[in-house]
Amino acid sequence: MRFYILLLFAVIATGNSAYSQSTLSGKVTDSKSQPLDGSHIHIGELHAISTPLGTYELHNIPNGQQRVVISYIGYTTLDTIIHFNGSTVRLNAILKPASTQLQEVVLSEATRVSKSAVVKQDVKLITLEKYSSATLGDALKEIPGVYSLKTGNSIVKPVINGLHSSRVPVLVNNVRLEDQQWGTEHAPNLDINSAGKVSVIKGASALQYGGDAIGGLILVEPVSVLKDTLYGRSILSLNSNGRGGSFTSSLHKGAEKGWAWNAGGTFKYFGDREAPNYVLSNTGNHEGNFSGDVKYIGDTYDLSASYSFYNATIGIASATHIGSTADLANAINSGTPYITNPFTYTIGAPKQEIQHHLGKLNFNTQLNPFSTLSLQYAFQLNHRKEFDIRRGDFKDQAALDLTLITNSLQADWKYEKDNNTLKSGISFSMQDNEASPETGIRPLIPNYTRQDVGAYAIAAHRFSNSFSAEAGLRYDFSHMDADKFYQKSRWTSLGYEEEFDNFIVADYGSQWLTNPKFTFHNISASLGIKKILSTNWELFANAGLAMRNPNPSELFSDGLHHSNGTIELGSLRTKKEESYKLSTTLVKHGNTFSFEVTPYANFISNFIFLKPTGAEYTIRGSFPVYNYVQADALLTGIDFHSDLYLGEHLKHSLNLAYVYGTNRDTDEPLIDMPPLNIANTIRYSFNDRHNSFAELRSEAVFTQNRYPNYNFYADVPQNGELVPVLVDVSTPPPGYHLLHFSTGTEFDLGKTKASVNLSVNNIFNTTYRDYLNRQRLYTDEAGRNFMLQIKLNY
Amino acid sequence: MKNLKISVLAIIATVSFTSCSSDDDNLVPVNEEEVITTLTATFTPQGGGTAIVLQSQDLDGDGPDAPVITVSGDFTAGTTYTGTVAFLNELANPVDIISEEVLEEGDEHQIFFLQNGLGTFTYNDQDVNGNPIGLSFTYEASETVTNGDLTIVLRHEPNKTADGVSNGDITNAGGGTDASATFSINVN
Repeated sequence: MRFYILLLFAVIATGNSAYSQSTLSGKVTDSKSQPLDGSHIHIGELHAISTPLGTYELHNIPNGQQRVVISYIGYTTLDTIIHFNGSTVRLNAILKPASTQLQEVVLSEATRVSKSAVVKQDVKLITLEKYSSATLGDALKEIPGVYSLKTGNSIVKPVINGLHSSRVPVLVNNVRLEDQQWGTEHAPNLDINSAGKVSVIKGASALQYGGDAIGGLILVEPVSVLKDTLYGRSILSLNSNGRGGSFTSSLHKGAEKGWAWNAGGTFKYFGDREAPNYVLSNTGNHEGNFSGDVKYIGDTYDLSASYSFYNATIGIASATHIGSTADLANAINSGTPYITNPFTYTIGAPKQEIQHHLGKLNFNTQLNPFSTLSLQYAFQLNHRKEFDIRRGDFKDQAALDLTLITNSLQADWKYEKDNNTLKSGISFSMQDNEASPETGIRPLIPNYTRQDVGAYAIAAHRFSNSFSAEAGLRYDFSHMDADKFYQKSRWTSLGYEEEFDNFIVADYGSQWLTNPKFTFHNISASLGIKKILSTNWELFANAGLAMRNPNPSELFSDGLHHSNGTIELGSLRTKKEESYKLSTTLVKHGNTFSFEVTPYANFISNFIFLKPTGAEYTIRGSFPVYNYVQADALLTGIDFHSDLYLGEHLKHSLNLAYVYGTNRDTDEPLIDMPPLNIANTIRYSFNDRHNSFAELRSEAVFTQNRYPNYNFYADVPQNGELVPVLVDVSTPPPGYHLLHFSTGTEFDLGKTKASVNLSVNNIFNTTYRDYLNRQRLYTDEAGRNFMLQIKLNY
Repeated sequence: MKNLKISVLAIIATVSFTSCSSDDDNLVPVNEEEVITTLTATFTPQGGGTAIVLQSQDLDGDGPDAPVITVSGDFTAGTTYTGTVAFLNELANPVDIISEEVLEEGDEHQIFFLQNGLGTFTYNDQDVNGNPIGLSFTYEASETVTNGDLTIVLRHEPNKTADGVSNGDITNAGGGTDASATFSINVN
């Protein structure tokens, strides 16, 4: 535990007495001077419970040195020695929260069940630090049921139970990240090193964060220090593959009262990654990030301001550049990239340049001992430029240039007393997207403005010491107003004439200027129960209704997607998705064996997906056409995790996830479903004072045999003639097995705590491709990587 | 309470300030200036006579309409033609002559003539490295009467030093296809 135990107490001896026994009295409060009703005070066999005012008295204490322990669930226990000499001793104890404020579950030691019935899975700081030079998406794969949708090596999107992108909102420091998640090659724009803890909630059961998390939610919380201290951390990671690494450094000033602040920055610099047999040309990435906040903590309130900046340049493998389906067929059938250049740190086209600014003001106040109010304003600016291989004057001109600005305001109220918790809140947001016309390419995502209003209420009640339930309801309003140019030929071919004539605003020769407007009213709901079955067994059951509005890509796409050589067509007719999810989680705690298993079923009506519907001819040849279509879908599966201690040194962990996705209208499998994956980890702890360890991890990903056949034919030049060739975009690559090793140790350098970790990823330099990597048609995955990581805490 | 009021006020002021500036004031249709709408190959008989013109024209660019393919006439067996290829963007105003860019960046482009038995194509131009481009070429029509397809392909960033590429064999060229058009040819 990194948060130091903090005690503040005053011992005042009040006069002498002739009695041979002593009395201890005083008051137990939290740091905001609120009494802690029901704290436990004991000295040996003697004990007392504090009153609702926090006061207590303990009599008949034998004289001499005595150990005094004062404890309260969720707070750090006070443990001290007091010398009694027959007098009355006053001890006023101020207890500190045991850890971060958001830690709601304290049940494993207590016999009482927590009220929240939401299942959260965490990635701890120590794990996040392992991925310091990688991405959030890589770290999240440590949670069973979370896979990744990748574009190359550096663009990694989390996939929760088979769902991703707009279906998996990311909340950073309580702000919903608005960073154009509609694109499958748009990864969350945040620095993993700014996170202190990351949690995953599978499904939409946490309604305070939104009602559209059909896949799940990712909550990223920053590092915060409760103690009055200054604490610093630096991590240097050096990688052999990509011949680069990252350096991150941060300072944290904690406070009980008064001013606290955090500041940190990260640099990442990688050149081309290397597959076992060739250089993956143009796959470097450069990143420079900053985040900082300042907070004033008063008696009953706190006020904070924070800002973070993410700035990345990411190369897209040059092997993926194609101009036509003939090129695509050649790339798939040749199996290796046509051109591999020598290793370089230079990033050319195609590439992405992304900046994300996030500013936030937050005000929390304690209205009375039982309720708090939180007000928050956030500003986000996301600027994304994508560069293609272009000709002439356009060489250095972005092919896509979008600026997305989001302002959001929210108020959250929380009431907690005895066996009840009530949460309620409202939120407003305004979003403005601007597609730069300077690109010289018709933007797939148009200019638009959007207004959202949401309101929720959640009630949780503890019915007994072993049973609690939680129910929530949320309403969301959304209005979108877009300005979109359509080619007249496209408008006609999509059959929009007459049906959407009312959207047409002006005639620009070969294009229509249209003004589509959409309004959505959505209801989401959740119901959860939690039951302690016996000392070591717990059961959760959750049911949730979530609704997601179509995103701009699903509504408006109308042209060639250069990166994968397909024509993608959205539809103004797209309806919202509705998800009904049922899941249960069974948890067994134990000293030698513990496990957690979660079976689930997610029924989604109007599930939106891309489906090939034909071909179109252009001067570059024919292109397959993919339309966004809707069908009823079912995603059902199971996530499993277990820990087994084999003696005092050895621990085995197992992660397993399987998802079965079906289009219920056609009985076809759903595309891009993660295959069965199993990770086994054996960790040997030396149990020395250096916390030394060695760990071997095996990662097995099976072949996905359930996939829809979306193959098509392309005319490919062969011996001077155009021959129709099958373009196999559907068949998943074979399964693979990788072994990873890591070892590390800690030591003290004066007041600084240092740790050194050495790891090898993909020990045998295995050649493989992953079904959910969009570059799998063109290149192998990166090969072996040695990483040296040095971490200093001071 | 005073603190609370001030904070609320500050938040409201910030929201209204930042949201005022977001008006859609630059609605400009994007005319795709880079797209190739038209590929024209002109074959002039070396002994004189009417030139034969092959054209593929797609005036909605990447839109749903297919290109319109025209062939102005038949070739004469045994005749040698001096040929040129031109690429235009007719969506731009004035019309953008893309072939000038292709010539300027000759080392990054190559035109391929794919056919079987229609005769022989020879490159007449060179880039800065001495490799062919293909904007200018010679076509010797087959000695015998025949017919078949001729496909003209413009590749961007091909590997010109790969085996056979500088002789006009596209097999190992790689790169991205910027234009590709197939014409039905008669040699009489």
